[in-house]
Parts: sequence; structure tokens; C-alpha cells
Amino acid sequence: MNRSIIISSVLHGLLILITAMSLPFLAKKPLDIPPIVSVELIQIAEKTNIPFAPKAKKIIEKVKEKEKKLVSEQAPPKKVKKTKTKTVVSVDQNEEIDKKTPDAIPLPEKTVKKIETKKENKQNPDKLDKKVKQVSEFEKKEFVDLDNIAKLIDKAKEDSAEAIKRNNDITQDQDRNIENTKLTLSEEDALKAQIFGCWSIPLGLPYNEDLLVRIKLMLEPDGSVTKTEILDHARMNKPGQGFYKVLAESALRAVKLCQPLRVPATGYERWKELQLNFDAREMLEG
Amino acid sequence: MKKNFICIFLLLILPIKAFALIEVDITRGNLNPLPLAVSPLSIDDQSKKSFEKILNKENIGSEISKIVENNLRTSGLFNPLSKDAFLQAPDIANLKPRFEDWNLIKAQALITGKVTYVDEKLRVEFRLWDILAAKEMMALAFTTVPNNWRRVGHIISDKVYERLTGEKGYFDTRIIYVAEEGPKTQRKKRLAIMDQDGANNKFLTLGNELVLTPRFNPTSQMVTYLSYFKNLPRVYLLDIETGTQEVVGDFPGMTFAPRFSPDGKKIIMSFAKDGKSDIYTMDLENRIVERITNHPSIDTSPSFSPNGKFIAFNSDRSGYQQIYIMKSDGSDVKRITFGNGIYGTPVWSPRGDLIAFTKLHKGKFYIGVMRTDGKGERLLTENYYQEAPSWSPNGRVLIFYRETKTNSKGEGFSAKLWSIDLTGYNERLVETETDASDPSWSSLLSN
Repeated sequence: MNRSIIISSVLHGLLILITAMSLPFLAKKPLDIPPIVSVELIQIAEKTNIPFAPKAKKIIEKVKEKEKKLVSEQAPPKKVKKTKTKTVVSVDQNEEIDKKTPDAIPLPEKTVKKIETKKENKQNPDKLDKKVKQVSEFEKKEFVDLDNIAKLIDKAKEDSAEAIKRNNDITQDQDRNIENTKLTLSEEDALKAQIFGCWSIPLGLPYNEDLLVRIKLMLEPDGSVTKTEILDHARMNKPGQGFYKVLAESALRAVKLCQPLRVPATGYERWKELQLNFDAREMLEG
Repeated sequence: MKKNFICIFLLLILPIKAFALIEVDITRGNLNPLPLAVSPLSIDDQSKKSFEKILNKENIGSEISKIVENNLRTSGLFNPLSKDAFLQAPDIANLKPRFEDWNLIKAQALITGKVTYVDEKLRVEFRLWDILAAKEMMALAFTTVPNNWRRVGHIISDKVYERLTGEKGYFDTRIIYVAEEGPKTQRKKRLAIMDQDGANNKFLTLGNELVLTPRFNPTSQMVTYLSYFKNLPRVYLLDIETGTQEVVGDFPGMTFAPRFSPDGKKIIMSFAKDGKSDIYTMDLENRIVERITNHPSIDTSPSFSPNGKFIAFNSDRSGYQQIYIMKSDGSDVKRITFGNGIYGTPVWSPRGDLIAFTKLHKGKFYIGVMRTDGKGERLLTENYYQEAPSWSPNGRVLIFYRETKTNSKGEGFSAKLWSIDLTGYNERLVETETDASDPSWSSLLSN
């Protein structure tokens, strides 16, 4: 009895041992898959359509706000500086100007007032009168001092340089509330390739004449053409413009033959109106 | 009121985006011939019977449409579609074509028409349709004597060609050439004239004397050519309508390479004496002869520019034969060819923008064109022996002749007329009854 128990327990033990040893081998090793690197395929255009990263967007918005401020605040002070010449005059005849200005020089007065109100709204309005007065007093002193004039000129230069720099920064961002109106290169190429195949160039045309036909198309989302308009239509019926008429007709035939046009799948608003410029000179010159 | 305010408010808050018009430049197209359908001209039974009696043609409407089709095909600019594919009968198509049916066979233009026999005359109406735009482009009618039916076909071809290409056609024209027969050493050469498609061939001389270089007058049906008189080559004038001919001037030497001035009032030619030759003009009204060049070299093959202000010619004054241009009074001579090889037979294009020439280089002959300043040389065709290009009246096609090489026994020689257009691709043999050389293309007869 004991013996059989021992044998059984030994065998069971062996079985457990074998199982324990072999199971890890039986289990399939997971494949060594490299981590997936996501690559976003974008279409090449002259101006990129890639949206800004959230952080960058915030920064750009801030820059734009600053820019707006710069535009609204910077320009008028310069006008103020221009009006300084008048205030310079007022150094000697301050009292007289106080009386005369409303009638004598209305325009500069107005601009100065506008600036004042702007500053009023943004900065402590109670102290405004004093501030303005201070500024005017300061200016009076400044213009007497030639060194200060030189400093001011330098500062103005720096300011303008900074403004230009900021402007440049923003143009490089390519985000100026302008919709990217061009087709991407691949979109344009697809459309061109399609029309190239449809356009039978009238080979009898002279190569040395100005023969450019511009056709405006109204398109449906599926690329079918609802309306065609020759932009220089008046030229069609002018005497001596037989070649132009022939070219325009061939271009219209090409558009009709190519329907529906290979237009992008998205952005209908962008390309619902399209202008095709047919120019055969390159081909005719050989 | 409230609604209006709401509408205005909504309009104000709507985001408005302005899109600039997208422009796409199309600078290339295909050079395939334009596919077009030439429907047989419809004809009523009575007219059919009348024309059958007069012209011995079963269906004159069909015959005319064949001429149009052939002309347009040979131009290389059009591809007339097979009539088997047509879905609409000619009589219905002429009234109102079903554009969808013609669109289905990929035709971009359609020619329809009607032939009738009215007052012993042939009346042909034809229409040209733009299939894709579904509109009529042109409609014309011609009335003529029945025997002129081929010309009607050519005139229709010219009208269609002009409407679709913008330049005048060249189908209602004739070609004068030298018809050659017999072995190379004993060639019988006669002046012959035919339509540009090879039909209506006629011999103008009997072949007793050698004739060379016939040239059409650009304004009338006169021809100038070179023939032998008392064993000397002399320039002749021939009126094709009356058949009268006369020797031009009484020169003590030999005159050759004649050509008319653009107004047809003068003949320009070479006059050879004492081993040199110079260029002369002769006024056909008062017979006054004017010397244009005076150089101790061989100046020949003169050709006027279309405005008559310049003359192109070839000369060996630089040591070997090159092309020169000068003012029509002989002043301001300029050499315009500087390429390798020998250049000859310059012919000014009727458009005035190009000069056609023959070039010999490394034992091969080329027909080519270049701009009038000698730049932009393009060699259109190359062969063992070819020369004498002549322009079609619209300046688009050149006709010339090509000779084949003989074998060691002197057999296998032939001379044929060929045409080629400015693209250099559309080269065609012009069918003639006999061997042919020295072709000259007339101006449009219907002008």
C-alpha cells in the first residue's frame, strides 16, 4: 500500500516536474515586432496644410494678438511723433495753439484724440489726463534735447525692425487667415494629365502669336462641368483672331471631352470654380 | 422685422471665407489627329438618276464625301472615322444630327450635307457640327456645273480645314510637275498638271524638248519654266488656259531657275555667261530687265519673300554653296546658313516666316526649313536623293521629288513626288501616272 502510494506520488511528482519544465517551451514566444512608427503621408503643396500642434497654436495666437496690438498701437504713436513737429511749434506758442487748434489744424487734433482714447481704455483712465499731459511735457523737453531726439530715432528704428521681424515670423508660420487656395501638386498633376489627353492641339496655329485661352469652369462635386466661360470672349469674334477662336474651341472641346474632371475628393469649396489656362506655344514651337 | 434682424445677425456671425480662383496651366496636349465623321451627302432619287446620266457616277453625294474624307486624312490633322460605325442615316443627320450617337463613336466634329440637281446644275449644301458643344459651326451652299463636282469636294475640305485649324486650306489647288518616262539616259520629260490629290492629270507639252523647273504664278494660271531653245536652256511663259507659250527675253547666254514675284508681274531668274551667273528680274509688262546681283560667283535659285521686299538665293561666293538673302534691289546681302553641308533651292514660305531648302551633307539629301534669319534649322526628311521643295499656299506642307538609287545595271531608277508637313511626321507619296519631278504648288483656285 505504502509502496504504491510512494510510486504514485513519485510519478505524480515527475509528471508535475515535466509539465513545469516543458510548459514554458510549449508557450509560443511572442514575435519580436518592432514598435510601429507612424508616418503621416502628406501631399506637397506650395503652402502646407498641416494643422499646428496645440501648443504651437496657442503661441501663434498669442503672437497674433500681440501683433494686432502692435498694429493698433504702434502706428498711431508714430503719427503722434509726426504731430510732434506741431507740438514743437507749440513750445513757443503754447497758449495760442490751445486756442487756435480746434479750428486751425483739425486733422492732427483728431488723430491725437483718438490715440488718447485708446490709451484711456486700456490703462488707468483716471490718470489719463495727467499722463497725457506728462507725455506732452516730456515731449516738449525731449525735442529741445537733441540727444534725446537721436535716441528716439534709434528706438523707432529698433521698433520698426522688431515689427518687421515679427511680421516675417508670422509669414513663415503660413497662417494668415488665408485659405490655402491652390491645388496640391498631385491634385494639379492629375487634372493636367487628364486634360493633356483630351486636348487635340490644332497644329495649324502659328507658334509666334499670343495665343493663351483662359477658361473659367464651374464644377460639381463629382467633377462634372456645369458652366464654361471664356475669359477673353470678346477676342473670339474680333476680325483677324481666327486662330484664337480655333484654339478656344479646341480647349472647350477638351474640357467637355474630359468630363467628369479628376478633381480632389475633398475641399469642394476650394475648387468649385477653376480657371484653366490653355497655352499651346510650347507644343507648337516643337 | 424681428426675423430680418435675426437673418442679418446670422449672416454677420457666419464665417465668411474668400477663396481665390485656382488656376491650372495646360501647356501640353495630344498631337493626335482630330477624330471627325464625314457623313455621305444625302441625295434624292431624282437627282441621283440625273447625275448618274451626266457624270456616270452612281452616288455623287457619296463620291464628294469621299474626296472630303481623303483630303482631310492626308492633311494629317484629322482622322475621319469609318463610315461603318455611323449610327445615323445621311438624310436625317443632315437635318438634325443626334449628337449622342456621334459622341458614342468618339467623333468631335461632323460633316453632313445634301446634293440636289437644280436647273441642270449641281447644288451642294453642307454643314459642319461641333459634336461636343452640340452646335452648328458652319453651313454653306455651292452651285456649279456638274463636271465641277470634284472641286466642290475640295472647296468643302478647305472650308472645314479653315474652320477647324484657323488657317486657310490647300485642297482646291493644282500641282504642275515634270512627268518623266523611259530609261534614265533617255528620259522623256513633259510638263504635266493635276489636282493636288492626283486627279485630273493633263500633259501640257509633247515631250520633244526637255523641260525643267516649272513654277506657278501666285496670282493667275500662268506658268514659267525652263526649256531648251536652239540647244540653249531658256525661260518660257505658258498660259495654262489658252496653251500659248513664249520665250522670256532674248539673252545672249542661258537663263534658268525662273520664279514669279509675289504680285506675278515680274520673273526672277538666273542668267549665266562667261562661267558666272547672276540674278536678274524681268518686268512682264514692259519687258525691262534689271540686274540684281553682280558677283564673280554662281548666284542662282532666287525666291522672293511674300511681301516682295527680300530675295533668298544660293551662291558659292563663300567657297561653297550657301543660302543668302538680300533686299529686292540687290543691296544688303547677308549669308544666313552656316551649318555643315551644302545648301540650295531656298523657297520663301507664303506665310513669310520660314525658308525651305535642300541640304546635301555627307552624301545624303535633306529637305528642311529654317527661319528667315537662318536660325531654327529643322531637317524634315532625309533620303538618297531629293530636292526642289515647293510650299502649299497656306505654308504648311511641302511637296518635293525623290529619286531612287539604280542598281549596277542602271535599273530600278524612279522619281516620285512626296509631300511632308511642317511637323515632319506626315510624309506621303503623291500618286502620279508617270514618274515625276520638279513639282510646283499653285495658289488656291477659289480665291
